[in-house]
Amino acid sequence: MAATQVLKSEWTKIRSVSSTVWTLGLAVVVTIALGTLISILSKNDYDNLSREDKITFDPTFISFAGMSLGQLAMIVFGVLVVSNEYSTGMIRTSLAAVPQRATFLFSKVAVATALAFVVGLATSFASFFLGQAMLGEYRAQIGDPGVLRAVIGGGLYMTLIAMFSMGVAAMLRSPMLSLGILMPFFFLISNILGNVGATKKVGRYLPDQAGSKIMQVKTPFDDSTPYGPWGGLGIMVAWTAAALIGGYLLLKKRDA
Amino acid sequence: MIEAVGLTKRYGAKTAVYNLSFQVRPGTVTGFLGPNGSGKSTTMRMILGLDAPSQGQVTIGGYPYRKLPNAPRQVGALLDAKAVHGGRHARNHLLCLAQLSGIPARRVDEVLGVVGLQEVAKKRSKGFSLGMGQRLGIAAALLGDPQVLLFDEPVNGLDPEGILWVRNLMKSLAAEGRTVFVSSHLMSEMALTAEHLIVIGRGQLLADMSVTDFISANSADFARVRTPDTDPQQREKLTAALTEAGGQVLPEQDGALRVTGLPLPRISDLAHDADVRLWELSPHQASLEEAYMRMTQGAVDYRSTIDQRAGLQEQLPPGAVPQPQLPVPGQGQHGWYAPPPPQQGGQPFAMPQGAPAPGDANPYAAAPQPPAGAPAPEMTKRATDNEDAAR
Repeated sequence: MAATQVLKSEWTKIRSVSSTVWTLGLAVVVTIALGTLISILSKNDYDNLSREDKITFDPTFISFAGMSLGQLAMIVFGVLVVSNEYSTGMIRTSLAAVPQRATFLFSKVAVATALAFVVGLATSFASFFLGQAMLGEYRAQIGDPGVLRAVIGGGLYMTLIAMFSMGVAAMLRSPMLSLGILMPFFFLISNILGNVGATKKVGRYLPDQAGSKIMQVKTPFDDSTPYGPWGGLGIMVAWTAAALIGGYLLLKKRDA
Repeated sequence: MIEAVGLTKRYGAKTAVYNLSFQVRPGTVTGFLGPNGSGKSTTMRMILGLDAPSQGQVTIGGYPYRKLPNAPRQVGALLDAKAVHGGRHARNHLLCLAQLSGIPARRVDEVLGVVGLQEVAKKRSKGFSLGMGQRLGIAAALLGDPQVLLFDEPVNGLDPEGILWVRNLMKSLAAEGRTVFVSSHLMSEMALTAEHLIVIGRGQLLADMSVTDFISANSADFARVRTPDTDPQQREKLTAALTEAGGQVLPEQDGALRVTGLPLPRISDLAHDADVRLWELSPHQASLEEAYMRMTQGAVDYRSTIDQRAGLQEQLPPGAVPQPQLPVPGQGQHGWYAPPPPQQGGQPFAMPQGAPAPGDANPYAAAPQPPAGAPAPEMTKRATDNEDAAR
């Protein structure tokens, strides 16, 4: 069983369902639109900021504000790519055709990841340039130190969120269960844990809190995070790897 | 060739399949029978490496499925017709399966033609009927032109034309020297399609033999003998004569006699010697369904009971006589279908099992049963009439 055959087949699968277009399309639109909107608001509000806030004003990060909502669509994409197989029963046909569990799962993840990366990177660049255009005089340039890293990092962040969701869906199998856990977690719980003083030290090791560090160019004053942008992304990669390995081990062990 | 050795599958405390050993040979259609929940699908899934056996193993051509080189080119399977992504076109569904095993896209259009789905190739499978789904599933199984084919309930939901098509398809696949393993609940269909049978009940092997052997081993061929309705004494007389000659005689519900252990000419001779006229003397070949029912009687997990409709029936107007309910054969009576085994007497044929206890409050349960023998008062009356007529 050549892996290229499986990759080709997974590509056919992913392009032939409409949920791919819907979820990825939504991720693009929501991220860019919200980022642009918040960039406009930030520009208008700039004069009211305190002196410290003005110094740490991070136009790059502001243009990525839409990610907090856009990532939810990425989560849905990641979950559906994997759990579709289970909810439709297609998994049995697929595994009967590809008895090697690793080849099956990782080909599927690879194809979906490649697609998520292309879409995520394009979204990230579009968000950045549109956001900067809205920010006018406060804008950042793509050549400024750390900015290109942040923009590419935005694409990586979206990709990793999708991959993490695929791993979780591979473990949980049910789309409802996966979404029911991931959506509130990334939309609410992680934010609360990351911003409440008592839990901040733990919360910042959560995948999205750590990963979003890559999109920051200027560090806020009171920030005491013990890792840098790449360190944060590394933490997120570790989470993603753990989810995918867990998904693989369960797939291998479990009856289909 | 599919070979199972000591195959066992446990789900927690429940044993779905226990110590199953069988071989499915190439060149014939092998039917896989068993009541609901007897472990057929579990066995199929283990053959395909989807479920791991708790004990024992099952191999295809000597390899466990997960180790089979290029499995989709060697084995094709239809497990569940509805197991497709409803939003995907039929053609794309087959295309992604074809690509897995390096089958060219041309083959997809071929099999779509074979199963007659060309017209709806670009339609989402969400809108497919069960029969169309079965056709799509069969197309998927045929994709790799495999030597081993597994079909789980392939004729479910198919129209008569489709059933005929599947039957001929299975036979022609087997005639080409392939191994064809088919499960079904439709006994009449199995009798026509399969040559060999593997029967399981409660996860254990009940039979592994050819269809003809299965039928003759599990049911007795019998003769149906009918004496004139007008003269029950003749019936008694014939029963006595046949029993004396070593036959076994059981009354049927409509007054006929079911005779085993005596060839038809001998029955005729005995009747002649006893001076009994016959209205019917017919050979009865048991069907696969009867043989199957008989064999799996004890292994059925889900059995229907009579619908008691407690508290649901309409109140009869005062003075109205309740309609006598004629029991439908098979409703709430176990074993009605099974002719008695010739060797061990067995249960009397057509005697309702689990008859309602006296004093049962439910009026339906107490509905008048047709008498097993002829009703006594009427019998005397008719007998006198006959005597009158004879004079």
